[in-house]
Amino acid sequence: MPQPAVQLINVTKQFGQVVAVDNISLDIEDGEFFSLLGPSGCGKTTTLRMIAGLEVTTMGQILIHGKPMHQTPSFKRPVNTVFQNYALFPHMTIEKNVAFGLEMRGVPKEEIGAQVREALEMVQLPQMAKRRPRQLSGGQQQRIALARALVNRPEVLLLDEPLGALDLKLRKAMQLELKALQSQVGITFVYVTHDQEEALTMSDRIAVMDQGLILQVGAPREIYERPSCRFVADFIGETNFMDGRVTGVDGSNVTVEVDGEVAILATSETPVSVGQEVTVAIRPEKFVLGGVGRVRGRIREVIYIGTDWRYIIQLTSRSEVVARQQNLDPVHSASLRPGEEIGLSWEPYQAMVLTE
Amino acid sequence: MITGTKREKAPRIISRAVTTPMIRIGGWSLSVYALLFYLFLYGPIIILIVYSFNDSRFPTQWAGFSLRWYERLFNNRAMGAALRNSLIVTTSSTLISTVIGTMISVAMERYRFKGKTPLDAMLFLPIIIPDIAMAIMLVAFFGLAHMRLGFVTIIISHVAFNISFVAIVVRARLAAIDPRLEEAAADLYANEWQAFWRITFPLLLPGILGGALLAFTLSLDDYVITFFTSGPGSTTLPLRIYGMVKTGITPEVNAISSLMLLASLGLVVLSLWLQGKGE
Repeated sequence: MPQPAVQLINVTKQFGQVVAVDNISLDIEDGEFFSLLGPSGCGKTTTLRMIAGLEVTTMGQILIHGKPMHQTPSFKRPVNTVFQNYALFPHMTIEKNVAFGLEMRGVPKEEIGAQVREALEMVQLPQMAKRRPRQLSGGQQQRIALARALVNRPEVLLLDEPLGALDLKLRKAMQLELKALQSQVGITFVYVTHDQEEALTMSDRIAVMDQGLILQVGAPREIYERPSCRFVADFIGETNFMDGRVTGVDGSNVTVEVDGEVAILATSETPVSVGQEVTVAIRPEKFVLGGVGRVRGRIREVIYIGTDWRYIIQLTSRSEVVARQQNLDPVHSASLRPGEEIGLSWEPYQAMVLTE
Repeated sequence: MITGTKREKAPRIISRAVTTPMIRIGGWSLSVYALLFYLFLYGPIIILIVYSFNDSRFPTQWAGFSLRWYERLFNNRAMGAALRNSLIVTTSSTLISTVIGTMISVAMERYRFKGKTPLDAMLFLPIIIPDIAMAIMLVAFFGLAHMRLGFVTIIISHVAFNISFVAIVVRARLAAIDPRLEEAAADLYANEWQAFWRITFPLLLPGILGGALLAFTLSLDDYVITFFTSGPGSTTLPLRIYGMVKTGITPEVNAISSLMLLASLGLVVLSLWLQGKGE
């Protein structure tokens, strides 16, 4: 089995009394695009900074390609970082910025020029070599920060919300570009973001973090389709949560009674027993509306959002759910009106039983 | 849509500067007050400069334009010696205090160490302490240390009060420099020494020069502390001028004062310009 690019073993980081990262362990495979995803303050940036050597771990070990980094200061680690606000050196030209790492490592002058040119071409900004950072747009600065890091051919590239300061359109374009660039250079990317869509779009695998803990690690599809807990299901995409009590168990098929009114057929990954309080999570797009349905509800509100229709449906006297239907047939969709009773169906494996 | 049409029909709010006679009088009196204030502030300076060109011994009468006092000034040997002494004191104290002040700023702004907070608070003591108290303290100290008063003691004293000013100016600049730039340098294989000289120092330079110029000006102008800590043969320009005044004010004093004013002003302007540069 090949060695992981980055290995965290029981890593903890405390700032005074505050535990920023709480005993996490993680293997990041060589060549993968790995994202640390979570809300602000979840410890994802601290984790990245510990890998970079910009923070000292309170406890635990970090290994890069099997080598322990404990005694290695940041300037000797085989990693490079793309900082959140790029941190380009304002008093140097773009060329000098990109050349900085090579110069510090003592790469011969004649090689530096060629490598810098190559890096600038890779990010499609060779004409900016003589400019200063402040003369560039945000998107261009972002690319230069990328070039400045990648020119050093690091074993691992660390990216700290590099697209956070860009506007939506540019961000979307850069997401695809980054992903393409990563498969082109083949370097392991560790990417920190709080944007779930960004993480789903780009990553091979994602670690979802909250309050210094890693809640789930998996491929985007796993994380989205099979969230391990309520926090992950809620943080990634939109989810309907229904609290209820287990009334029947048949293998992994579970019946959950919600508000004592409707029985929901769901699937559980973990064993549950009759009488247990659980939460059922169903994504809005998994509902099929019309027909007799597994359960019946009353449409409370119809919202048109262009690509989709959203229906808020009263399921029991106390619970309502959001259903989302693709806007395939506007005439049919528009025929569903508030106040109407409607059948809801779903595949049982789409309804997930969450115990935590 | 409905709110849109409603908004159009809503009464427009008319905003217009309302001027009442009271406010107009207020405006006038403010102008007069400002004028008087600046006259009070700059009147004496203008008189000083004008009379340095007066072709008469007596400041009470105007006898026409002349450069004779400036001429006499440049031929005055004692004055030349005082100027030389001042330049020695000012240049050395500026150099020393700029280096130490900059190092203190970097330590205070970028590092955490034991006893930092009290040291930080004490750093600004020389700025608020009265000159006379500081002068007496220093003399007592030199006495205890058995140091002969002279150039060395003046320079040490000037360094003592200049460090704080340099530290304040440099630190303000340093606080404006994103610490992530230094992290980026470390991430790009620069050790702390290289990161300082390649990144922090060039970005800090305008602040360092600004602080140095401020120190130079303060040192050049200082009278009280220099008076107490100087010895024979180390008379600086301000001391010399005061000595001249004691024997009666001649327009020569006006001339040297005008020149010092010009030099100080120039340095302060240069200092401000450097501090503002690159921000």
